[in-house]
Amino acid sequence: MGKVELTPIEKPHIPIEAEVISPDIFAGKSLEEIGDLEVWRGNRKKKLKEVFKISGDAGKTPGETTIIVNGDASFIKRIGQGMTAGEILIKGNVGMHVGAEMRGGKIVVEGNADHWAGAGMKAGILHIKGNAGNYLGGNYRGDIGMSALQKGVYGTIIVEGNAGDEVGAWMADGKIIIKGNVGAFAGVHMSGGNIIVYGDAAERVGGEMKGGTIVIMGQLSELLPSFEYKGEVNEVSIDGEKMLGPFLTFVGDLAEDGKGTLYLLKEKNAHLI
Amino acid sequence: MNAYVLKGGHVYDPLNNIDGEKMDIYIAGGKIVEEPPKGAKVIDVSGKVVMPGGICIHSHIAGGKVNSGRMLRPEDHRRDNIPKKGQLRSGVGYTVPTTFVTGYRFAAMGYTTVFEPAVPPLKARHTHEEFQDTPILDHGGFVLTGNNWFVLNYVKNNEMDKLAAFIAWLLWATKCYAVKIVNPGGVESWGWGKNVNGLDDKVPYFDVTPREIVTALSYVNEKLGLPHTIHVHGNNLGQPGNYEITLETMEAVREIKASKGRRSVLHFTHIQFNAYAGTSWKDFASGAQEIANYVNKHDHVTIDIGQVIFGDATTMTADGPWEFALRQITRGNKWVNSDVELETGSGIVPYVFRRTVPVNAVQWAIGLELMLSVNDLYKVCLTTDHPNGGPFYFYPKIISWLVSRKARNEELEKVHKAAIEKTTLKDLDKEYNLYEVAIVTRAAQAKILGLKDRGHLGPGAKGDVAVYDIDPTKVNLSSSPELVEKAFSAAAYTFKDGEIVVKDGEVIATPQGSTIWVKVKKLEEMMPLIEEDLKEMWKHYTISLNNYPVQMEYLPKSEMVEV
Ligand SMILES: [Zn+2]
Repeated sequence: MGKVELTPIEKPHIPIEAEVISPDIFAGKSLEEIGDLEVWRGNRKKKLKEVFKISGDAGKTPGETTIIVNGDASFIKRIGQGMTAGEILIKGNVGMHVGAEMRGGKIVVEGNADHWAGAGMKAGILHIKGNAGNYLGGNYRGDIGMSALQKGVYGTIIVEGNAGDEVGAWMADGKIIIKGNVGAFAGVHMSGGNIIVYGDAAERVGGEMKGGTIVIMGQLSELLPSFEYKGEVNEVSIDGEKMLGPFLTFVGDLAEDGKGTLYLLKEKNAHLI
Repeated sequence: MNAYVLKGGHVYDPLNNIDGEKMDIYIAGGKIVEEPPKGAKVIDVSGKVVMPGGICIHSHIAGGKVNSGRMLRPEDHRRDNIPKKGQLRSGVGYTVPTTFVTGYRFAAMGYTTVFEPAVPPLKARHTHEEFQDTPILDHGGFVLTGNNWFVLNYVKNNEMDKLAAFIAWLLWATKCYAVKIVNPGGVESWGWGKNVNGLDDKVPYFDVTPREIVTALSYVNEKLGLPHTIHVHGNNLGQPGNYEITLETMEAVREIKASKGRRSVLHFTHIQFNAYAGTSWKDFASGAQEIANYVNKHDHVTIDIGQVIFGDATTMTADGPWEFALRQITRGNKWVNSDVELETGSGIVPYVFRRTVPVNAVQWAIGLELMLSVNDLYKVCLTTDHPNGGPFYFYPKIISWLVSRKARNEELEKVHKAAIEKTTLKDLDKEYNLYEVAIVTRAAQAKILGLKDRGHLGPGAKGDVAVYDIDPTKVNLSSSPELVEKAFSAAAYTFKDGEIVVKDGEVIATPQGSTIWVKVKKLEEMMPLIEEDLKEMWKHYTISLNNYPVQMEYLPKSEMVEV
């Protein structure tokens, strides 16, 4: 097993685009080669060693490589983008697009993650211990959001804190678990997969959803009128994870002839029926 | 202006019967000249191939439809970023590149002239605006006519003089180069929720047929003596069994007399999409041999291919009903469909050609079958109908398939077996030489378009030259297709109007290209015939007649061809 540590040297004015910070790219490279990898800062190229102090050894394969980012990386974007295996541990906050389009492996963010974390993810685990921004597990314009790498293989995002707007936008498969609250439009356009929110949700959950499941254990401020009430269920089970109700069940979004399911904890959402 | 001597290259200039001869080419004053010019810079191109600048007869590169395609496909751009570099602008691809990237990528392949084949008259200004922003390339537009209410009315009443006057006026008003017909009658029918499926089906209200529209426009086109023939996208495009209506359409204009200097009276475009046998998607098969047979026996038609490239494409055409059908086939893909007042329609649907899909595999093979089965290559142009069959910058890949049976067979092994079972591609052993490559990528295109000073390297021709880094005396094209692809992807030099614009595959200068368009000399004399009709019909337009014609300010470098 190899371990490479990156310690930010200084915080630049302009964010750095660093999709090269990935076990797939570090694997099999010497420290010197890793240091010479190119990153963009605005419209200029920089070397990775100009941005980070680099130490340790990379593994032979991505699966045998762990990358540790020490300190504040809130100005570094695209860490772990498209990675297929291995691990990245970020010991502070991280910039936009962390773990976007991941296809495997694991990323742990000990602080907060900025917008687009896990966007378009296909497999692997993204664990954010702080809060996440908008478009968590969402989609890039024109694409679908989270989807399966192959049948039964999909990504999982866990956020211990809160998340912003449009969580899981255009999601087709996969799982997003938020321990805190979410903003507006969670699951907008989703066609498959699961979103579980343990806290409260702002309005327009599931707008234009066609399929998939959203579970809200806290309070939903306002429900779209295009969801149809289908009665109560006592519990919901997703991938063996049981949540005790009773839940109010809704189906929608009927504006799209959608067949998505919305489970709202009855205790917190009696105002909606 | 600089003068150059291109010294010692192997020159392929089919229109002047020069086949790989080692000779010098002289450029001065932006043109090819006969004698070595004084004070010329000598460039050693020995061991390299020299050809006239490439010409593309049919690529959708500019205008409202192309721009809608860009807006529809942000994901397309994200996969293909081109950063700013020196004086070059940043931009994006992949299937619908920005105007600047379009210019750079064509020029890098040694291309210098490209035609936009679908200009809705009302949107002509937009097309010209994008032409201005497409660097390096000379360009021209084909104006859509096959579903225009004026045309349908004149055909209905059999008023050929008025139709001729209207076409002459429309070319002037839109500053276009040729007459385009898309799904004749079908697009107007689509306005009524219908389509036409046979050459003798009637268009609602107007009561005219595709056969009448095509023959009338071909007749008028030749009567006016336009440099290019009518440029036809046939009926039933994309449908199994459509090779029959393709042949019927060709046959319909057989008796029409070509104007001076040409034998052809109809160009059938992206014919791959109209060369299908079978009766459904299940027994879908190639009709390429039937088409090639006809083209081999008749001189009144020319074709371009619309070769399929596996991967992402963006289909875009004035053929609104076909795009609706494609949207259904792709099970509700995102799409655009629009109506252009009294003139035409349009639609856009993203599409992916997959090696594993039998129909796609057959489509891929058909394009190559056609290119390998037509005997007289002056009747054939290499195109992908960019971005319908795939992006234009795959031309070098297609060239590698043409010169090498080995390259074709390698691809054939990767695709669905339907390409072997439902086409003749596997049995075709023809391999192009560089002379033939030069025909289908420049000489034939120039000849078919009626361009006099392009597509060849004779004295007086424009100084548009491509130099490719491949030595025909050392490289066996058939066994080294990858070297062919590499050389044609990145021209060693591209000269535009006598100046170097590309060196070692990199764009180093970005001059403004010329807009080539046709003016009928007798237009003023003909106008009284249609003036009343214009006024009467203009009641239905949303803009006034005075604001309709594109003014010359939109053509910073105008190249008017008078006929
Ligand atoms: Zn086309």
